[in-house]
Amino acid sequence: MFAVEKIRADFPLLTQKINDQPLVYLDSAATSQKPQSVIAATELFYTQQNANVHRGRHSLSEQATTAYEKARDKVAQYFNVQSREIVWTKGATEALNLIACGLTEQLDKNSSIVITPLEHHANIVPWQQLALKTGAKLHILPLEADATFNMSACIEFLKQIKPTVLALTHASNALGNITNLSPLLSTVKGFNTITIVDGAQGAMHLQPDLNILDCDFYVFSAHKMLGPTGVGGLYGKYERLNALLPYQTGGEMIETVSLFNSTFRDAPAKFEAGTPNIAGVIGFSAALDYLSELDKNAAYDYEQGLFNYAVNKLNEIDGITIYSNLEHNIGTICFNYKDEHPFDIATLLDGFGVAVRSGHHCTQPLMVHLGINGSVRASFCFYNTHQDIDIFINALHECIALLD
Amino acid sequence: MNKTFKEIAQTLKNAPGWQQKYREIMLLGKLLPSMPDILKTHDALVPGCESKVWLYLDFDLEESCIVLVGDSDTRIVKGLLALILSLYNGLTPTQILSINAFEEFEKLGLISHLSPSRGNGVKAIVERIQTMAAQK
Repeated sequence: MFAVEKIRADFPLLTQKINDQPLVYLDSAATSQKPQSVIAATELFYTQQNANVHRGRHSLSEQATTAYEKARDKVAQYFNVQSREIVWTKGATEALNLIACGLTEQLDKNSSIVITPLEHHANIVPWQQLALKTGAKLHILPLEADATFNMSACIEFLKQIKPTVLALTHASNALGNITNLSPLLSTVKGFNTITIVDGAQGAMHLQPDLNILDCDFYVFSAHKMLGPTGVGGLYGKYERLNALLPYQTGGEMIETVSLFNSTFRDAPAKFEAGTPNIAGVIGFSAALDYLSELDKNAAYDYEQGLFNYAVNKLNEIDGITIYSNLEHNIGTICFNYKDEHPFDIATLLDGFGVAVRSGHHCTQPLMVHLGINGSVRASFCFYNTHQDIDIFINALHECIALLD
Repeated sequence: MNKTFKEIAQTLKNAPGWQQKYREIMLLGKLLPSMPDILKTHDALVPGCESKVWLYLDFDLEESCIVLVGDSDTRIVKGLLALILSLYNGLTPTQILSINAFEEFEKLGLISHLSPSRGNGVKAIVERIQTMAAQK
């Protein structure tokens, strides 16, 4: 039995009232709420530990550096990779940009980049830019009309293209669909393809063992994993990682500088120019502690239970269309009610204290693929309850009554 | 249609509870005639809104009063748009500049997220009207 009340007590924000009603937070795909331990660690850092890292020999700086590097070790442990393969960024978006920019010299007009229609804009636009800069050709993996994978067709496609770069999501932010990565990654193994997985949604819910998954890069955002905003990072297989061009220059990443020439340090320092988000990293460290103490399997099963419960309740409502895959999903439901605008539904739900996302979810090509302008998205986390879903469904009934 | 802002404001003030306020606002939207497609140009789209909002502005023949036509693909924003149009339509540029829509909205006691914010586009719509009036 998953002790959700005990978990909820760790998340102070969840006791808030919105419009005089208890908050029902169903927008964890946008950002997760933070446990008290993360808030406390951030406060402790600023009240007692604040100093710059990797500079100065004084005690505070040494302590800050140790804590900062320990966080890197924790991320490495979380994903079962080496610490030197983890680079801090300000989030998954910057991580994807860092990789795409870093590959500029490795691609040319004979290269090919494959992405999917499922991707978040952050996993589309950097690749478009890279294609523009290098002359590489951008290809789109052919998905089914409902944005699921016809695996044999996709494998056939990859065999034909033999991509230089394959970038795809671990779980769709709009739909919650989990990508079955292994057959796709193993298909391109023989082509020396550089593989990038967007883990913004998958990193917390699915906690991949990257040693087993065997992709070249995996990006994540701390704020979707109980951590602070403005921090995240990427894993890169060391050879591949160190082969990237520096993304920004100056500060931390420098080995030597003369007035006309500079040499750079090796990864990960090579990609961490300037003073990093130290407090963010320290807060994220506490989030990783929280996640490591959590029974992840029980949490996952619990989330799946919430998801199925909500799907069944939604399906009882006449006029609801669900776009998410119901078999393999991290706990995100993308839906519409008749031809009502998602903005209206989300605005009315907010009146009942229910927080959902509406719009295109930064996945315009996916919306086009699905033939819709946008949707309502309810996303769950292990701190949500069945009661949250009851309130959400009741509120939705009330909204429908207002709209019909 | 053709309800004055004052009349609308009274109805909204009298509405018991937020659901009823929303109902009234959506009703206002329903009463606002659809904008002819020919006016729904790219230039008429108001940027910075989560929903689609079109606003066509012109001045009448004597160049004295503003003529506003607007539409939105959402019921709530269309209702808010109707509210804004009732506030500004037919006014002279000087009158337009003297009316602070945000203050008027505040007085209506609309719940927090109906207050002018980027998301619902109210701010962008009002700014476009004010800018046009200032250029006259």
